[in-house]
Amino acid sequence: MRDMRYLSGVASISLDVRRCVGCGLCEAVCPHGVLALTEGKAGIVDRDGCMECGACVTNCPTGAVAVTPGVGCAAYILQVWLKGKAKASCC
Amino acid sequence: MMPLTGKKRTTAAADPCCCSDAPGRGDAAASSCCDGSASGGEDSGQPCCGGPQAPAASPMARPGYELHPFVETFRTTLAGPVPVVRTSLDRRDFRGTLGARLGYGRDGYRVAPGLYAVGRPGPDSPVLVTADYKLSFDALRRELSGIDAWILVLDTRGINVWCAAGKGTFSAAAVARLVEASGLARVVSHRRLIVPQLAAPGLDARDVRRRCGFTVMFGPVRAADLPAFLRAGNRAEPAMRRVTFTLSERLAVAPVEVYHARKWLWWAALAALAVSGIGPGVFSLAAVWERGVWLVAAILAGLVGGALVVPVFLPWLPGRAFAFKGAIAAGGLGLLTVLAQAAWAPAAVSSAGRLAMVLVAGSLGSYLAMNFTGSTPFASPSGVEREMRRAMPLQAVGLVIAAILWIISAF
Ligand code: SF4
Ligand code: SF4
Repeated sequence: MRDMRYLSGVASISLDVRRCVGCGLCEAVCPHGVLALTEGKAGIVDRDGCMECGACVTNCPTGAVAVTPGVGCAAYILQVWLKGKAKASCC
Repeated sequence: MMPLTGKKRTTAAADPCCCSDAPGRGDAAASSCCDGSASGGEDSGQPCCGGPQAPAASPMARPGYELHPFVETFRTTLAGPVPVVRTSLDRRDFRGTLGARLGYGRDGYRVAPGLYAVGRPGPDSPVLVTADYKLSFDALRRELSGIDAWILVLDTRGINVWCAAGKGTFSAAAVARLVEASGLARVVSHRRLIVPQLAAPGLDARDVRRRCGFTVMFGPVRAADLPAFLRAGNRAEPAMRRVTFTLSERLAVAPVEVYHARKWLWWAALAALAVSGIGPGVFSLAAVWERGVWLVAAILAGLVGGALVVPVFLPWLPGRAFAFKGAIAAGGLGLLTVLAQAAWAPAAVSSAGRLAMVLVAGSLGSYLAMNFTGSTPFASPSGVEREMRRAMPLQAVGLVIAAILWIISAF
């Protein structure tokens, strides 16, 4: 996906390395290789590659990763703006 | 066990006949075939009563239940009979795929949740979990030829794995519920599930284990990598863990947008024609025809630019923001439309009108391209939101200026 990049500097992902126990789950589930393990600890190696899917957050056992998850869908975001989160639908 | 839907009947000789006036048959032949003891020597070539006889009902058929063409047979397990599905897709599957891809009949294209099998699985065979969206199910089974496995189809309300994970229907709770309901623990001796990686946003692997005792392993992103994943002892190469967005993947999702455009395209075309009639003579039908078609052409340029050119040429269009890519692609097509207009009917549209045509195409294409973010596997919500805040006012202004220019250009 290096040939297809989205906007830089917007991804909301953050990692608290102190809480990381090095289980490697975040590295396994991330579809963009944003997180990788080095010397037993996770690190963010490609922040701008993050699509905020939330897979890492859902599966991290210690809550070391945080992101504002969601779907990158304009139609959905527009509905949220117009109708509010409860009534918006997507996919 | 016998195949359920096989077109096994081959010899016409085995046809019982039910009508005595069959062409080419004597009464004797008719009576002999009507008592069910049809003898050979069939020379009529044509069975009577409208074509070949259908196969006998399957012993698995139950009143009120339909057997799906993709079910080959059933496998008896300790948890009851489990349908064994084909790994090849047939015409009906492709027709359904086309429908789902183009957007008609897209909703409710699902298979019944529960346990299925491919090949001849046993207690040690792997269990693969998927969504009940028929395209997800088909993508999985077509990759499994020559593999013995169980398939656990989750009730995701007819939504694909990734979207279902986002919506929370492909969840640990749902998996645990289905593991219980299907009696999976009696069917397999191991306690492992292979779940598609793209379910990870909604499915907490440890939670599945807590709830039903099965350990979740995240499989590859693409079903096509499953055979290699299984061969390697359930290990995914890094490349198997990454989403891709190849030309064919982009083409597969692009038509939906074009199909959805039909909802507003007629209205947009009508509005364009109506606006084109306004002129010095208050309203002129001749102008509706002469100028209107070119505005409609500009709208089509916007549609094609935003909903087709952008998906296809996504990696090569300049910029990162989809709205920008769309404006470039559709604006370019708008320019081509203007060139065509200048060559074809040079007097029909003035230069202000030509600017309006490019603006209409560009703004519309920009909006449609922005909508395409939702079909890509890499646009983040933060990015899309930022893009929308910047681009939508520009798109709106573009359309308003275009409308003003178009009306002015008539005078
Ligand atoms: S949110 Fe998704 S894309 Fe971003 S780091 Fe986590 S798993 Fe990777
Ligand atoms: S999932 Fe959490 S604990 Fe495990 S490696 Fe990643 S950040 Fe560390």
